Amino acid sequence: MSTVLVFLEAKSGSPSRISLEALAAGAALATATGAQLAAAMVGPAAALDSLGTLAAAISIEHPLLDRYTADGYTAACAQLVARLQPDFVLFPHTYQVRDFAPRLATRLGRVLISDVTAFSLAGSTVTFTRQLFQGKLNGHYHSAAPAPCLVSIQAGAFHAAEPAPTSVPVESFAPTLESSAIRTQPGEPFRAASQTVDLSSAPLIVSVGRGIKDEANITLVQELAQALGAELAASRPICDAGWLPMERQVGSSGQTVAPKLYLAVGISGAIQHLVGMKGSQCVVAINKDENAPIFEIADYGIVGDLFEVVPALTAAIRKAKG
Amino acid sequence: MKIIVAIKQVPERDARIRIDSSGRWIALDDIEFRMNESDAYALEEALLLKEAHGGEVIVLSAGPERVGQTIREALAKGADRGIHIASDSLASLDALGVARLMAAAIADEHPDLILTGLQSDDLGLGQTGVILAELLGIPHSSLILKIEKIESGLRLLRELEDGWFQHITLPTPALLTIQSGNTKLRYATLMGIKKAKTKELRTVDAASLGTGSQPSLLLDSVALPSRQKTTQMLPGSPAEAAAALVAKLQQEVRVL
Repeated sequence: MSTVLVFLEAKSGSPSRISLEALAAGAALATATGAQLAAAMVGPAAALDSLGTLAAAISIEHPLLDRYTADGYTAACAQLVARLQPDFVLFPHTYQVRDFAPRLATRLGRVLISDVTAFSLAGSTVTFTRQLFQGKLNGHYHSAAPAPCLVSIQAGAFHAAEPAPTSVPVESFAPTLESSAIRTQPGEPFRAASQTVDLSSAPLIVSVGRGIKDEANITLVQELAQALGAELAASRPICDAGWLPMERQVGSSGQTVAPKLYLAVGISGAIQHLVGMKGSQCVVAINKDENAPIFEIADYGIVGDLFEVVPALTAAIRKAKG
Repeated sequence: MKIIVAIKQVPERDARIRIDSSGRWIALDDIEFRMNESDAYALEEALLLKEAHGGEVIVLSAGPERVGQTIREALAKGADRGIHIASDSLASLDALGVARLMAAAIADEHPDLILTGLQSDDLGLGQTGVILAELLGIPHSSLILKIEKIESGLRLLRELEDGWFQHITLPTPALLTIQSGNTKLRYATLMGIKKAKTKELRTVDAASLGTGSQPSLLLDSVALPSRQKTTQMLPGSPAEAAAALVAKLQQEVRVL
């Protein structure tokens, strides 16, 4: 029986949410192709106890994998793939996977199909969809090489299943690794205060306008931006007032931005502002005036008091991010 | 330090996306091309390293004749020479095929460092650099913001997710993929543009590199994503509207 193997990534000791989404993609692919589903993760067996129905759950353990390195993960994964001989190997499309999975694929003589949002089956051919031109176009790909086919799954593309006890005992897999083969020395991760602001390359922007009323209320949108992992921007009146620095201004006299998400809080949508952000892929507007022009270009709108909606949204995002 | 910077020429970011008659790519007539953004930052890092430590910066790019313009632009900014892998059919290759061409084209160069952008603005695969490192048997690191030369090799600042960073040290030769936005890009000076015309630009025919192999990944077709720009209002109490928006951000916008 063929196997779909999903490599999970640990976050604070358990599989991250995007990993569970990749597992859901793996489950769907296994069902569609009549394969069995296996999951593997670097970390202790106990972390794999809530993955539901699986044919195999594998904890990869080695002291040289305690800290992520591309060399260590590439070697360990290549050995596991050699042992399981899967038809498909799925990954969550994370920074870490982007770092080592192309290397792994090359070692296996394959090419990773990266950042996949959907798949479909026609006959025995699986077609994978991924985005081109920053999401302006979809491309449909298929692998012309023999198994394994390596695929990374975009965050949010599949729904993670509810946690359920893992149906099989967790196996342990100890790869053979030499410290001399690990050439990079990773340091301890740290958080830095965000430095210079380049809004034009920010994927997520929370932008605040006149509706915020007072400088003291800026913290409300700062908290929202922080929860979302977004850059904070503003319309001209906020910067003119000195509530936020000029470098955060979006619009004809400020920066032109085209993020994946532009969340406009208390911004009515004067044309001078719209020209600076209308290229955004998704615009969300929160405004008390249902006739505000910002709603004409918004994909999603909430009509309401921002002093109620913003704290509720911040809380909901924090909860969703766990 | 001898540094190779791999750059890609891509359509302008605001180029109008129309699907061509083959249904497999976009129509390229009346599209303007430019240097891929993160590759421009990779070039900037290379030029900064050269200014600090001396050495040579070599620009490498693959594609049709028009790619020569982008190489000249890099030369005008201060790169010393260029290598153009000439091919009119790059689109028929996958990332491994392109990386094989690059590895073959620089086989005699033996650089200390290879830099390239994190990913291209058109295909967005984000793989060619990492694949090249594996083909060359050298270590790599991706999403690099800062490069510092130290005795044992390089000390790097690497971007992690959610506002986290880490330092990484690695020996040279190495390959790094560079994240956009950490430095200010320089403009070519008039003098630079003049000088660029006399700098060496070697053209290598892709077919002569002998890497020909069947691609293992095929792009069958492209399609415009279905999008409705009508505003979807999210009703209810603040908490209900917030929960509905979070669900949209997760499932539709996919930013959470």
